[in-house]
Amino acid sequence: MKFRDEYRDPEAAQRLAAAIARITTRPWTLMEVCGGQTHAIVRYGIDELLPPAITLVHGPGCPVCVTPVDYVDKAIEIALRPGTVLCSYGDMLRVPGSDCDLLAAKARGADVRIVYSPLDALAVARASPGREVVFFAVGFETTAPANAMAVFQASREGLRNFSMLASHVLVPPAMRSILASPGNRIDGFLAAGHVCTIMGYEEYEPLAAEFRVPIVVTGFEPLDILEGVYLAVRQLEEGRAAVENQYARSVRRAGNAPAQEIMREVYRVVRRRWRGIGEIEESGLAIAPAYRDYDAEVRFGAVAAREEAPGECISGLVLSGERKPSSCAAFGTRCTPEHPLGVTMVSSEGACAAYYRYRRTPLPAAAE
Amino acid sequence: MCLAVPGKVLSISGDDPVMRVARVDFGGIVKEISLAYAPEAGIGAYVLVHVGFAIAVLDEVEAGRVFEHLREIADIEEELAAGSARA
Amino acid sequence: MADDSFALSCPAPALAEERIQLAHGSGGRATERLLDAVFRPAFANPALDRRHDGARLAIDGPLAFSTDSYVVRPLVFPGGDIGSLAVNGTVNDLAMCGARAEYLSAGFILEEGLDIATLRAVVDSMRAAAAAAGAAIIAGDLKVVDHGKADGMFINTSGIGRIVARGVIEPQAIRPGDAVIVSGDIGRHGIAIMATREGLGFESAIVSDCASVAGPALALCESGLAVHCLRDLTRGGLAGALCEIAETAGLAVEIDEALVPVRDDVRAACELLGLDPLHVANEGRFVIFVPAAEAAAAVETCRRFPVAVGARIVGAVAAAPAGRVTARSAIGVRRVVDMLSGDQLPRIC
Repeated sequence: MKFRDEYRDPEAAQRLAAAIARITTRPWTLMEVCGGQTHAIVRYGIDELLPPAITLVHGPGCPVCVTPVDYVDKAIEIALRPGTVLCSYGDMLRVPGSDCDLLAAKARGADVRIVYSPLDALAVARASPGREVVFFAVGFETTAPANAMAVFQASREGLRNFSMLASHVLVPPAMRSILASPGNRIDGFLAAGHVCTIMGYEEYEPLAAEFRVPIVVTGFEPLDILEGVYLAVRQLEEGRAAVENQYARSVRRAGNAPAQEIMREVYRVVRRRWRGIGEIEESGLAIAPAYRDYDAEVRFGAVAAREEAPGECISGLVLSGERKPSSCAAFGTRCTPEHPLGVTMVSSEGACAAYYRYRRTPLPAAAE
Repeated sequence: MCLAVPGKVLSISGDDPVMRVARVDFGGIVKEISLAYAPEAGIGAYVLVHVGFAIAVLDEVEAGRVFEHLREIADIEEELAAGSARA
Repeated sequence: MADDSFALSCPAPALAEERIQLAHGSGGRATERLLDAVFRPAFANPALDRRHDGARLAIDGPLAFSTDSYVVRPLVFPGGDIGSLAVNGTVNDLAMCGARAEYLSAGFILEEGLDIATLRAVVDSMRAAAAAAGAAIIAGDLKVVDHGKADGMFINTSGIGRIVARGVIEPQAIRPGDAVIVSGDIGRHGIAIMATREGLGFESAIVSDCASVAGPALALCESGLAVHCLRDLTRGGLAGALCEIAETAGLAVEIDEALVPVRDDVRAACELLGLDPLHVANEGRFVIFVPAAEAAAAVETCRRFPVAVGARIVGAVAAAPAGRVTARSAIGVRRVVDMLSGDQLPRIC
């Protein structure tokens, strides 16, 4: 497939890795803030190609991981109501709520359906006028416009039996929160290429300037990630701190105008709690008052905020990049995808799950 | 986040920009995708698709930059190799 | 009473009902009418025709025996249905033991309300699959449960077959250095099923690979090659089969992703849904472990059969670390391949 396979060329990957090694003179720590990039890095083994001086840290880039437990509980509660259909992306089905997860609710008789697109949930609503259809909308800015369009279309059609349970989060406030925290050791960021496809990268310029960190908008294929790392390291070695666009085939500085327009129409910015991290101001999206008829929290009751007891799980520290999954005492032993203690192990995008699935123990040195 | 894949626009239907859809070929499978967020996409264009929506039209010129870069790197490597051979 | 006048030579005796009712499972007249209308014509053979509680066989060993239950949804999918799955599944399990399936049983649990046209189609698939495998369905059972209790229908098949392989075929026979061969491209069944499910549908020519692999498997067993192990790929995909085998054998399996055959359209569907082809279900593929020196001959043997024309060497067995399966990624770095805890779900992230 064009625009995909050429970015997986092994020889080019080796050349980029060698170029990174050549320009690196000191240790640098880079954070990527995107579950999709975490997945690609661990799946292809990209971090193994990098020189030891470069440390790649995985940030809170998994919207599934950071969805507050009370939203999962609300989704389960709605799903268990007779006459309701709960539509969700596949990622959310195994995320634990306080009691169980959506898959368990399905086993108890709830009508839970996986959809590929929010428009599919809308189709379910149109096809089942006697049922209440609720779409569990999570995601970063990449997914927010798509989710918004379902509400926008429902409103235009006057569809009465459709609503959305929205728990969106925004990336720049999370990055700011990480950069501003006293223990921050992140030298540079790989910004999420698909988030930036929607939002552009203007909003990262103040962050780069204020905190003096290079931010490279990066894609998702191996060559993209390697080039992103190369550009970030080059800036660090040269003492620069600017926003650079590696993913120019998809990302423009101003982003996607029609998508941003629908987002402004359907959502309002709110304070959000990030599971494992805590509350961050103006870091989430909720449905705007004009669309309250399509807001599942209005229709089924507001989500009750609930504090989560931490226990042994360090997912918060993993999400903020302060700890690596392999450094957790429970990793791979008491905490596995079969018996996850926290969200970073449940979601396949979570750093812990990615580490577990693709590399449970260090590979033997004689390997290749 | 987030999973988005490239595909080629085969045909387009719908006049209302919000309801405009395309049949997109992802390399052997074809799926109907919303073009609400890619109004400039025409037949034959490559779009990036996330959860059933085209979120960008892929720019061929920009797409080549990674490989331009690689060529620059290759040139640098050659120079360095030549340099150390001379030294 | 008038039904008694039907002769078994009538290809499809008429049945007044269009849907399964509870009475069809009660063992009385309604059951007999259903058996006569649907099952007996399709599975006709001397043993079944005796209509006794069990079939008497004269079969000498060594024998292999296998059983499996099928609960697939949807019942009918591109490339097959629950019936062909049920017969091929047991035929394949026996073939993995180096045995040729001879006799099968089929137990049905039908949901009240199931339409009989679907049942006929499924039973006909079973007839065809059994005939293709050279096996007879000689015993069966039928029950009906209340509406809502059986997803349409559940089928259990068991099978018995004579072992034709010379050596013992099992994970414990695998040795370090053995070649790992896969009989064809992977992922078709799982994607074909997904394509029919609401919300995940797309236009595609991807059809399930549901088929009997007894042809190539038994040819390998009778070839004189040292076949150490065979395993058919099912729900857990190639990764699932390799992980189970590596664990049981106490050895390591190393594959190269670039060598694992995946059709372009299956790969495209996996990319779209965020699935890893290594974990997608198959129903007509198997893996073969043979000494490295015999790998080329084994691939040759497989390729003589349409169902295994895509056979390829994809990796090798190593002594350590025990139970570990690794794959060399597209960019040349090795990563661990693990079994998934549940079914792979599509993702957006």
